[in-house]
Amino acid sequence: MTVKLYDIAHSRAGDKGNTLTLSLIPYKEEDFPWLCQQVTVDKVKAHLKEIVRGDIVRYELANISSLLFVCQQALTSGVTTSLSLDSHGKSLSYALLEMEIEYSDGHD
Amino acid sequence: MKDKIRIGCGAGFSGDRLEPAIILAEKGELNYLVLECLAERTIALAQKRKLHDESKGYDILLERRIHSLLPTLKKNKVRLITNMGAANPLGAAKKIIEIAKESNIGISVAAVTGDDVFDKIDPQQKTIETNETLSASGKLISANAYLGVDAILPALKTNADIIITGRMADPSLFLAPMIHEFSWSLNDHNPLGKGTVIGHLLECAGQITGGYFADPGKKDVPGMSLLGHPFADVFADGSGVISKVEGTGGIINLQTAKEQLLYEVVNPFEYYTPDVIADFTSVSLKETGQDRIRVTGGSGKERPSTYKVSVGYHAFYQGEGEISYAGTNAMGRAKQAESIITERLKDSFPGLQVDYIGSNALHHSSFKNSNEPYEIRLRVAGRGDSFEKAAIVGEEVEALYTNGPAGGGGVRKYVNEVIGIVSTLIEKEKVQSSVTLFHS
Repeated sequence: MTVKLYDIAHSRAGDKGNTLTLSLIPYKEEDFPWLCQQVTVDKVKAHLKEIVRGDIVRYELANISSLLFVCQQALTSGVTTSLSLDSHGKSLSYALLEMEIEYSDGHD
Repeated sequence: MKDKIRIGCGAGFSGDRLEPAIILAEKGELNYLVLECLAERTIALAQKRKLHDESKGYDILLERRIHSLLPTLKKNKVRLITNMGAANPLGAAKKIIEIAKESNIGISVAAVTGDDVFDKIDPQQKTIETNETLSASGKLISANAYLGVDAILPALKTNADIIITGRMADPSLFLAPMIHEFSWSLNDHNPLGKGTVIGHLLECAGQITGGYFADPGKKDVPGMSLLGHPFADVFADGSGVISKVEGTGGIINLQTAKEQLLYEVVNPFEYYTPDVIADFTSVSLKETGQDRIRVTGGSGKERPSTYKVSVGYHAFYQGEGEISYAGTNAMGRAKQAESIITERLKDSFPGLQVDYIGSNALHHSSFKNSNEPYEIRLRVAGRGDSFEKAAIVGEEVEALYTNGPAGGGGVRKYVNEVIGIVSTLIEKEKVQSSVTLFHS
């Protein structure tokens, strides 16, 4: 079954200079290993290709069953001088949550 | 020595609501109230106001916030720590004294200075972001070091009721009273790491009580029109419990706490502040009641030997124009408008940005939700080296009223000076902070 990340996880976007941070937090903590397996850096890079130009690093935080994606060169020219409407990228958590992944209750 | 202190956070950015801080001061049974009001660009803008009038340059809402808070702070013996001094902590302290005198309230105010390092940085220094020189960015406006607890602690040792600072690392505003009350050593890194975690959870105020979180039907938050801001009970071992005043709106749960713990964190193993390098990967969060999160774990290691400096520079003037189209073929007409504008402006405005608000303005993509909207708003933005040049973008969009596609309405045009921010480092020895006391 295909699900949107939106259905099984939540996210918050943050910005530091021209770096975008996106957390990815499953509603059910038991989904965490599944998210680790499914939401790889390569998949996020492909999904956000219109938004992130630079490298993406993924951190796995087992202590809070959450992932953190740190994205370099997000948006057009760095946060403070971007011409974009949402120059801080506050809304970008919902871009990540649009990603679709394969999901089954048995997690196979 | 106390075994527990309570610190509230009544504002998480300069434009934040006023009343959550008043409710915290009134009913929160606080020892300390922190107002964090300084974003990256705020201080550069404040510096410009100070150049215009040297008594100004502090937070625009300072007078209103202090007026509304002062009687309650005094009555309940709550000490206020805030970075509302922005580009002028001394001017801010004088203004607070003036307000206190008008209200016949006797207080002491400590102004913390030393963050302004504009005269100490070398314009030929490289930026962290681009590895080019600072001066290559543009005309420099401000340079402020992110100071830490060692700048605030001497102020806490005085009898000051209010401590007003300029640029500080946000978590330091919260960590300083913990160190002061619990007599933690500045070389005992683990408590400093734990305290930094709690400061980080509190520093955006409403962002841990359901603000920047709610999503109806998915993440429901009650009472957001009167969102309560958080406080933490912090214990001498560095653990804490985050909660809010009973009866206020909002929610504190594992979800809000996890989102805030990771907010703006670029490396959860090494969260840099001037006080400590904190490790967030060993933090444990637990719901211990309604709107209560217990925070344990977290650690720290030796603080960096440099301060981060945030440098503001004049980047350009941004000109914008917007116009809306609705009904059948709204997108077709918006696209025609775009081609007219780009044809006319492409030579004088390289890098012109065109967005369809309602379709692709935020994410440059609609992913799979590409159903054409009933109405669409065309937004055009460009860079100019003068106000007048940038204004042309909005003027051209406005002229579409009578020279463009059918049914164009609701034009708005804007010109704003854009201040860019780059970062660099400065050795701690070059920076000297000091405390100045004022009495009403």
